[in-house]
Amino acid sequence: MIIYGVALLAACLLTGLYLGELLGQLLGVQANVGGVGLAMLLLVMAGGSPRMRSLTTGASGEGVKFWSAMYIPIVVAMAASQNVVAAASGGMLAVLAGVLAVVVSFALVPVLSRIGPQSPPLPPLEQEP
Amino acid sequence: METLRAVIQANGLVVAFLVVGAAVWLSYWASRHLTRGRIHGSAIAIILGLLAAYAAGLASGGTRGVVDIGLLAGIGLMGGGMMRDFGIVSTAFGVQLSELRQAGIVGVVSILAGVLVSFIAGALIALAFGYTDAESITTIGAGAVTYIVGPVTGTAIGASSDVIALAVAAGVVKSILVMIGTPLVARHIGLNNPQSAMVFGGLMGTTSGVAGGLAATDPRLVPYGAMTATFYTGVGCLLGPSVLYFIVRALV
Repeated sequence: MIIYGVALLAACLLTGLYLGELLGQLLGVQANVGGVGLAMLLLVMAGGSPRMRSLTTGASGEGVKFWSAMYIPIVVAMAASQNVVAAASGGMLAVLAGVLAVVVSFALVPVLSRIGPQSPPLPPLEQEP
Repeated sequence: METLRAVIQANGLVVAFLVVGAAVWLSYWASRHLTRGRIHGSAIAIILGLLAAYAAGLASGGTRGVVDIGLLAGIGLMGGGMMRDFGIVSTAFGVQLSELRQAGIVGVVSILAGVLVSFIAGALIALAFGYTDAESITTIGAGAVTYIVGPVTGTAIGASSDVIALAVAAGVVKSILVMIGTPLVARHIGLNNPQSAMVFGGLMGTTSGVAGGLAATDPRLVPYGAMTATFYTGVGCLLGPSVLYFIVRALV
């Protein structure tokens, strides 16, 4: 059943967000610390667990795959609801601070990627909506 | 006409599916025929979304892009935090635990380095613009971390509200720049494998920026980048009003 996969996804997200809130309170931070990341870990573990097979394969798996295919449209909707005017009119200070942070961070990606075991590039992508 | 308007307003999310679907179709068409596939369709779709948000913001004077246009309010639900997180988590389906474990330590290093580097960048710009008090410098530096860390830090250490607004603006600039810039620089910074995607997520940290930027580069990288990025804001909120503020206060 497709809903089983969707329910599994929901269970992972809610559990992760709850743990992230608890972690935030524990650290005394007014933010959710890694809730989504923890939820992803839970889903990865569910996907690899033989006992969860009935929830992650067949029609149930399609329930998760549907949302993963909806991801880009959701991101497009997210982009359309950003406060772009504020970003453009925040003045030179806001623009420069944002630009400098991004440029330096981009430059550090290849430097830090050299740490630890390397992973091979993914095979070329077939473009498809 | 009144009847149509009523139907649209009562079915916001369904309208959002239709509008976003049409925008994605148009973007993939433009990618194939106008850029010969050189610019990925999803990158065009995201830029189209940002342009629409800009136009809508100018027209409505609101802060939530097209969501402030009454008929498109459903886009806010579709692109809101709830659906975004649900979508991000679903992308982890099929990822191997071993791949994540391999990049664990470098992920942690990149989050710390990312928060620090963005903070310093923001703080230096604040200094260059003549801010001399530790509260303002720290808040603007925190804004360059993410647009959530900025106001959280500013409120905690008692920065003025116009400085907090600047910090939010800096964070939004960063997030939008990551969305647009990532597909352009991906090849030059080796962003083509799970490990570099985790480093990338940890360094950039803005969840919306990383989510959009990686989706526009190669959707298969999304789960890796998103995984580290979701810890970034929390770490930023932890360090901003504490360690980073103390360091700035000691220096100025």
